Amino acid sequence: MAQFSLPQNSKLDKSAGKHHKAPEGSKKVRNFKIYRYDPDTGANPRMDTYEVDMASCGPMILDALIKIKNETDATLTFRRSCREGICGSCAMNIDGTNTLACTKTCEEVKGEVVIYPLPHMPVVKDLVPDLTHFYAQLASIEPWLKTDSPAPTRERLQSEEDRAKLDGLYECILCACCTTSCPSYWWNGDRYLGPAILLQAYRWLADSRDEATGSRLDELEDPFKLYRCHTIMNCAKTCPKGLNPAKAIAETKKMLVERRV
Amino acid sequence: MSLRSPLSRARGLGSAKDGVHHFWVQRVSAIALIPLTLWFVFSVANLAGGDYHAVRHWVSAPSVAISLVLFILTMLYHSALGVQVVIEDYVHHEGLKLLSLMGQKFLHAIVAAASVYAILRVAL
Repeated sequence: MAQFSLPQNSKLDKSAGKHHKAPEGSKKVRNFKIYRYDPDTGANPRMDTYEVDMASCGPMILDALIKIKNETDATLTFRRSCREGICGSCAMNIDGTNTLACTKTCEEVKGEVVIYPLPHMPVVKDLVPDLTHFYAQLASIEPWLKTDSPAPTRERLQSEEDRAKLDGLYECILCACCTTSCPSYWWNGDRYLGPAILLQAYRWLADSRDEATGSRLDELEDPFKLYRCHTIMNCAKTCPKGLNPAKAIAETKKMLVERRV
Repeated sequence: MSLRSPLSRARGLGSAKDGVHHFWVQRVSAIALIPLTLWFVFSVANLAGGDYHAVRHWVSAPSVAISLVLFILTMLYHSALGVQVVIEDYVHHEGLKLLSLMGQKFLHAIVAAASVYAILRVAL
């Protein structure tokens, strides 16, 4: 059966959480409760609480995480790079929703800020999930332009209307927020491609310059790769870029029906 | 432990080249069920207060018997498609999955056969 509870060694150790006090004289203290897991110790994961002085902290969740790492606890581990919502590195579960730490403001969260890694993925350390399978799934859909016609001497032309069909698709930064919010991916992630990869697949199906539409559809037509999507819509709800992977999946399903009726 | 590469694992056994048919007939049967279910619910509501003979008389009309057979078969077909998806979603033990997928098909077929037999027995 689908596994509805965490394995023994992944369960939170409720008594092990540490509390890191803010320095004396802090003006606006706010609590950040953060998931900690260190594979080297062999201990179960725990929730550490960090008091952060918001008077000397930037506005974003990522600013607070960097402040904690710089000033309180250098062992806190998380991915980050661009700090402007374009690289997708700092995707994590903040206040119960998968989003980017760099585009989510601390103000948006009421009360304690609770941060977990992206759900239902193996955890490498603290807030760093193992995305190996996610990236391999992306590679499996061959996300690049495929043509058989001889290459033109200059750029491949595309009409404005055809280009517009890629809006809402090309913006995806592959942060994995949607895929890790999808219950279908939680239960069948080994075979189901998940919303992010299926949106990427549709991005090439929708590209007027691509000549491999048929074989791409052949590869997607599978009860598990594609049809595990039951339009739950968590993907569209959580996407930090405001995209709608569920719609891309529905369009793919429509194309598959279209070529046989 | 397996030393297969991540890409090999992601590709798995490749595409089954199947699934559209299931998707399509699930929707076609759903659309067919809209008028059939409405007809069934209103008809049964109309029979409220009627006795055993009134119901027997209702079922024995050819148009009603045919509609009932259509309703039962479409509903059970639609149900079999839906239960199959639930099993594929949640049952991960391969042997158990195969058994329950077959078992639910048999169960739906048995209920369909019994229902059609019952309707025809009253109608004919």
